[in-house]
Amino acid sequence: MERYYQEEIECASREKIREIQNEKLKKQVQHVWDNVPYYRKKMEAKGITPADIQSIDDLHKLPFITKDDLRESYPYGLLGMPLKDCVRIQSTSGTTGKRVVAFYTQHDIDLWEECCARALTAAGATDEDVCQVSYGYGLFTGGPGLNGGSHKIGCLTVPTSSGNTDRQIMFIQDLKTTILCCTPSYAAYLGERMKEMGLGPDDIPLKAGIFGAEAWSEEMRHDIEKTMGIKAYDIYGLTELSGPGVSFECSAQDGMHINEDHFLVEIIDPDTLEVLPDGSEGELVFTSLDKEAYPLLRYRTKDICQLKYEKCSCGRTFVRMAKPRGRSDDMLIIRGVNVFPSQIETVLLNHGYAANYQIIVDRVNNTDTFDVQVEMTPEMFTDNLGEVEAKQKELSDGLKSMLGIKAKVTLVAPKSIARSEGKAVRVIDKRKI
Amino acid sequence: MSIKQISVFLENKPGTLRKMTQVLADHSIDLRALSVAETKDFGIARLIVDDALAATSVLKDADFIASLTPVLAFEINDEKGGLNKLLSIFDECHVNVEYMYSFLGGKKSQSAYMIFRVAHTKEAEAELAGKGLKMLRQEQISEI
Repeated sequence: MERYYQEEIECASREKIREIQNEKLKKQVQHVWDNVPYYRKKMEAKGITPADIQSIDDLHKLPFITKDDLRESYPYGLLGMPLKDCVRIQSTSGTTGKRVVAFYTQHDIDLWEECCARALTAAGATDEDVCQVSYGYGLFTGGPGLNGGSHKIGCLTVPTSSGNTDRQIMFIQDLKTTILCCTPSYAAYLGERMKEMGLGPDDIPLKAGIFGAEAWSEEMRHDIEKTMGIKAYDIYGLTELSGPGVSFECSAQDGMHINEDHFLVEIIDPDTLEVLPDGSEGELVFTSLDKEAYPLLRYRTKDICQLKYEKCSCGRTFVRMAKPRGRSDDMLIIRGVNVFPSQIETVLLNHGYAANYQIIVDRVNNTDTFDVQVEMTPEMFTDNLGEVEAKQKELSDGLKSMLGIKAKVTLVAPKSIARSEGKAVRVIDKRKI
Repeated sequence: MSIKQISVFLENKPGTLRKMTQVLADHSIDLRALSVAETKDFGIARLIVDDALAATSVLKDADFIASLTPVLAFEINDEKGGLNKLLSIFDECHVNVEYMYSFLGGKKSQSAYMIFRVAHTKEAEAELAGKGLKMLRQEQISEI
């Protein structure tokens, strides 16, 4: 039987949802107009005022906001509430140029955690469950988001954070964890390790997993489900909008339901910026309807995907989005962590290397591999193997501390990395998702 | 009286060593001794050649990273216990060897040549100077 966290809204009629959206949108536009000069200027430049937005049909009149706007207004430029009312920040990974810091009031945290609670409930979680959150905690939204959702439901929450695989498995076994939350590649890795330890699906108490923050294929889902004897659910979100839980999968596992009472969705043509008809593939654009501290209107996600409006067998009426096909900017998600080539460049330069490098990402046994090839320079070279290895390790440690994940550093011959005439090919992503 | 060894960075990829020997062959550089040290990710080739400066410059032109390293070279008799005799003198003088390699014969078939990278080249040289060893000078390399 399908469970809902907030049935009255998750299964509300489309008319009811629209009514809520109309109300919230008008209020939100007024809120940003009153409190965020950056938006006000953008709206004035388009010659509109809050009075022009009477319903969601007027949404298209509003200006878009992009990641560049977010960076330009770092850190406080888009703040919609006085700092004294804000209780938390979360952040995407990134160098100063790329980092996005999102603010939350207690109200914002509550609604974010509610979204996560809906996702967990859709995966079958109740207050009888033991929910192990193996997403990273900290600035990354994965850990805090699911942790909060799990509390809301009343699950026994096991905040293991990521890493220390054998300890994760020990807790799963000893505490009889039933719900696992982590990135899909980490789930696959955990599954593999359990197999090595001789644990079959019947020995593993898990019944469901919520795996998001990176793209993963149906094949990978089947692998994980088979290895651990669970049902694996996808979840989607962005730090900019709150974190995981913008949309989530239900028992039908056929697209992720967007929490439309909080996030208004559009699909646009990324070139013409025109809103596309229902069912078209295009760039996902979200408007946060009731975020107070970091309200984004028409935020371009750069994720390319498609919406499904057909009624879902789970009973929810929220529109569903397919798995995003790809992200149109340069960000990589490796083992669930956002990685920008510019961060790698920074580390190389800081360690005395030239900025000639190539990132090679692949997926072996459902786990992302991450190689950084760096050209050796005369300055870095010595006749002493140990010294060169030590420098290689220094660089690898530098990358780990900047990115939060481990990269394999390979030193290659000078000029062996292909130069191109235009934009350098910095990333070779061999993952087939 | 150290001699110049060329150290060359080698990427761990098939054909890298051959690319290096091709450059040396193209420029008629005479290779007198060679050793390759490797880790799992890369290698360092150590070369003794007749003309170290010319070799370094042609290798650099071919985009290799090459540097000169001072090493000590000794001529010993190619006989049982020959190296042991040499190393016992190293012991006496407290010379610490970082790595070594050797080559036999050369143009004098009764000789063997031992090449050492030591911790403190200058001091080691001074210590070993009065011990009656045949320490090679740079200009002797082309004769062996």
